[in-house]
Amino acid sequence: MQKEAAIREPLILGNKSYKDITDDVVGPIQGAAPIGWKIMITISSIIAIYGVGSILYLLATGIGVWGLNKTVGWAWDITNFVWWVGIGHAGTLISAVLLLFRQKWRMAINRSAEAMTIFAVIMAAIFPGIHMGRIWVSYWVLPLPNQFGSLWVNFNSPLLWDVFAISTYFSVSLVFWYIGLIPDFATIRDRMTKPLAKKIYGVLSFGWSGRAKHWNRFEEVSLVLAGIATPLVFSVHSIVSMDFATAVIPGWHTTIFPPYFVSGAVFSGFAMVQTLLLIMRKGMKLENYIHVKHVEYMNIVIIVTGSIVGVAYLTELFISWYSGVEYESYAFINRFSGPYSWAYWIMMTCNVITPQLYWFKKIRRSLVATFILSIVVNIGMWFERYVIIVTSIHRDYDPSSWGEFHPTSVDVGIFVGTIGIFFTLFLSFARFFPVLALNELKTILKTSGENFKKQQAKH
Amino acid sequence: MKKVFHVMYDDDDTLKEAASALVAKGIRVKDVFSPFPVHGIDPIIGVKRTRLGIAAFMYATTGTTLALLGMWYFMISDWPMNIGGKPSFSLIENLPAFIPVTFEFSVLCGAHGMCITYLLRNGTLPGMPASNPDPRTTDDKFVMEITTEQNVLSADDLEGAIKDTDFFELSIKDYK
Repeated sequence: MQKEAAIREPLILGNKSYKDITDDVVGPIQGAAPIGWKIMITISSIIAIYGVGSILYLLATGIGVWGLNKTVGWAWDITNFVWWVGIGHAGTLISAVLLLFRQKWRMAINRSAEAMTIFAVIMAAIFPGIHMGRIWVSYWVLPLPNQFGSLWVNFNSPLLWDVFAISTYFSVSLVFWYIGLIPDFATIRDRMTKPLAKKIYGVLSFGWSGRAKHWNRFEEVSLVLAGIATPLVFSVHSIVSMDFATAVIPGWHTTIFPPYFVSGAVFSGFAMVQTLLLIMRKGMKLENYIHVKHVEYMNIVIIVTGSIVGVAYLTELFISWYSGVEYESYAFINRFSGPYSWAYWIMMTCNVITPQLYWFKKIRRSLVATFILSIVVNIGMWFERYVIIVTSIHRDYDPSSWGEFHPTSVDVGIFVGTIGIFFTLFLSFARFFPVLALNELKTILKTSGENFKKQQAKH
Repeated sequence: MKKVFHVMYDDDDTLKEAASALVAKGIRVKDVFSPFPVHGIDPIIGVKRTRLGIAAFMYATTGTTLALLGMWYFMISDWPMNIGGKPSFSLIENLPAFIPVTFEFSVLCGAHGMCITYLLRNGTLPGMPASNPDPRTTDDKFVMEITTEQNVLSADDLEGAIKDTDFFELSIKDYK
């Protein structure tokens, strides 16, 4: 049996048995919905409906209802896209990269982080879709023969790479998530007493029975999926960054973009995981499974990735000066001192300065501070994309065409709406799905459970 | 009369000890039902490592081939275009630009091919009936399935050997 040092903090607190883990996770699904959940889903559904309304208005009218103009032709749409894709990076990072590194603390958070990933990628995919204007011909991005009315798509373009990257990332994450859910659905199926619920979970569990051979295959599939999902995570945001880096716009045309975007994505993804989990652990009474140690581990990831992002910002500034290219220099001087300097300094404060507070152990292990800082990071990361996108294009080579971007109510409605849709989906997940990976948690109970560790220490 | 024994244990380590003890007596354990992967049970009851990894590799290389073939046809053979003066008249010259899609498509085919194979080989598909002998095996109990059909020992001898282990519950059924 695998052993763990007795001084290492336990990952599962309290005197838990295998049955307790099932009870703690499946109990809330069987019970009535708590009032807090009902209030939250009502609010988020209303926001979601407003968002859907804004999207329908946009599709019916055309993208002229956004605040775009001939100078700033990309603004909130692509900002929101990159922001959501970035958030969608933590789930697969937690489940795949941490699985390869055999990090046991991931087991308490991977299920909900993966759910978050899937919902965030759906939100991201909305934006390029609606930016096409005519969403009903969005299948033209696929390589279809010419009688469909278009030539072959251009495989030299990062925008097309994005089509492949995002759709692969979405479908592989979905499958990875579902393969892990099947045994847990079986656990719920076998506990449900109401016939309809039993039937539904029976269909969802695909008839899983937990045979030894099936578990053997299950572990192999998880490992191989983790192995191929790891480079996938890195490739997806690298490709997203190439949407900008391969353009010749000063401020975008930099080789630093892929690693800088990937660490930014992990940074914002972990921040969103913190925001969601800190609410969920309280609401669903999962404090014994997701506790201060887990939060601290995630905060350490946030310091590392936040610092990488900070170094990237400074490197960009340095290179713009060192290159001696006056357009490049101007793009950056304009960023921190031009009409959008307020956005730049919000970005700098939220992403570079505040995460450094996590060097203090007290702050790193404080749930309240973590919750506040996680929201600060997400605000900062939204502004990062806004700064990169809008400030780079609002003043181009020809001063007579300089302009500024002003969002309209539709811009705001769609962005806020996607947050509503995201939370509606996540809350539904938290209500009806096993929010912790039951089968994985049970495998670490004997090595990382508090009661088992104490017993071990006695021997 | 053919019989099937479902021996229930309430701990994974007890299960492993029992399985080792029974296998040492020459008894063949047909299957084990457990709520989570019990590490170390596979070699005891003779479950071989799955070959799904090899399958995944084959699916992924199929994806690589298809992606390169497709891009060669679309971009080089069928309708070559001069896009910003970038070299687009031979696969080798254009290859760096094709790497991202090749990679993504290989992952797509590898992951989905492996998962479909996994579900088919397991027989776990939407609407399939569950076959675990007791609903508690997805919660906190472990069940070992032993049949007289696969063993040379008589039903009584098997029952005796099973009762020597530290079991939790035993159910014996006639087997058609």
